[in-house]
Amino acid sequence: MTPLLQVDAVSKFYGARIGCAEVSFDLYPGEVMGIVGESGSGKSTLLNCLAGHLQPDAGAVRFDTRAGGLRDTITMSEPERRMLGRTDWAFVHQHARDGLRMNVSAGGNVGERLMAVGARHYGEIRNTATDWLGRVEIAADRIDDRPSAFSGGMQQRLQIARNLVTGPRLVFMDEPTGGLDVSVQARLLDLMRGLVREMGLSAIIVTHDLAVVRLLADRLMVMKDGHVVETGLTDQVLDDPQHGYTQLLVSSVLQV
Amino acid sequence: MIQVEKLCKSFTLHNQGGAVIPVMQDAEFAVAPGECVGLIGASGAGKSTLMRMLYGNYLAASGHIRIGGVDVARAEPREILALRRDRLGYVSQFLRVVPRVSTLDVVAEPLLRTGCGADSARARAQELLERLNIPRHLWTLSPTTFSGGEQQRVNIARGFAYAYPALLLDEPTASLDAGNREVVLALIEEAKARGAAIVGIFHDEAARHRVCDREVDVTRFTPGLA
Repeated sequence: MTPLLQVDAVSKFYGARIGCAEVSFDLYPGEVMGIVGESGSGKSTLLNCLAGHLQPDAGAVRFDTRAGGLRDTITMSEPERRMLGRTDWAFVHQHARDGLRMNVSAGGNVGERLMAVGARHYGEIRNTATDWLGRVEIAADRIDDRPSAFSGGMQQRLQIARNLVTGPRLVFMDEPTGGLDVSVQARLLDLMRGLVREMGLSAIIVTHDLAVVRLLADRLMVMKDGHVVETGLTDQVLDDPQHGYTQLLVSSVLQV
Repeated sequence: MIQVEKLCKSFTLHNQGGAVIPVMQDAEFAVAPGECVGLIGASGAGKSTLMRMLYGNYLAASGHIRIGGVDVARAEPREILALRRDRLGYVSQFLRVVPRVSTLDVVAEPLLRTGCGADSARARAQELLERLNIPRHLWTLSPTTFSGGEQQRVNIARGFAYAYPALLLDEPTASLDAGNREVVLALIEEAKARGAAIVGIFHDEAARHRVCDREVDVTRFTPGLA
């Protein structure tokens, strides 16, 4: 079976400092990969290298494109990579403000993505946007409000709707529940779990929160100082950690 | 259906002085379709450890665990994920609760993952919850606030929703009264009748003698004790 994403020895350095070093893994359709680590572990650097936001210093990131099979996205032309970002790929930022257009209405934020891939019929676009707002539990009567009038949790849910409306195959998420209240987090995680299953999405989620990976991720990579120290099935890495650092992380989580 | 060969495991606690705890040496047994094998041995001897290894939840140091065409001890993560979806079920000792998911959805989820339609999945979930005496008015609530026994029955319903060819049961009758214990034992007998290979841990001797065809003493595989 062809992997959806083939990450091959991706490295990024900041001068003499290691951002991430020699990271390799294969992601298959329908799999959710969690990347955990503490501040400075290199997880966000890695995610940004994979998503095309940063240029790695070495390695390849091959994606199974619909037309051309496995293609290295790092050596792709800028227009090609941008097209990928509008169709098959999506990126959910930690701060919804980074992933939304704050001066455009909620409906516009979702509809814009449809227009970018060729949708032209206003009525249909509006209907699809309303449908998606419903799926992320935003009331239909908020469709013409700007995201600046939304709560943090609502903004994040809008960001998810905006990202998923084009039916991407791979979603990158950077601390998707960071900064949200606990009850809001729970609701968002539930929503993501449901959507990932319904849409058969693959996702790569960076977080420092082990409970989030336990809930959402099938597989887990643990990073420390730019290196992947352990990888495996999420439940296996959390219940039977092999590496000393993973054991420390897991034992440090407080029980409620 | 389930074949365990020369299975070994030890735990290394890096943050506790590098203590090495060998827990299993050359474990070996097999389970045929329609059979139920009971793991026995004193508390701490390694029964749950062995069960978790069969599920791929704990790593093996060496050896083989062959289930449904996959060697769990050395398979790729995606192979184990696929195995868990449609061939290998696991009823753990405790239900892990997700805050906002209703009891009905908790039980239906394994079926939905195999591609079963939402309506038939829900119907099957309702059928099992009825049999396990979970009151109807609780079905739309999350099991978070349920009693230990109720949570365990939801856990069992979830484990039996899909007809897995191989099933792992860790203390399925613990926390249950006589009536519900009867229901669970009947579910196990029905699973055996349809050809499932089952490995179970039952502290309750009567339950064990009723459903298990054979017993495997894990103390035989515990280094230092055998």
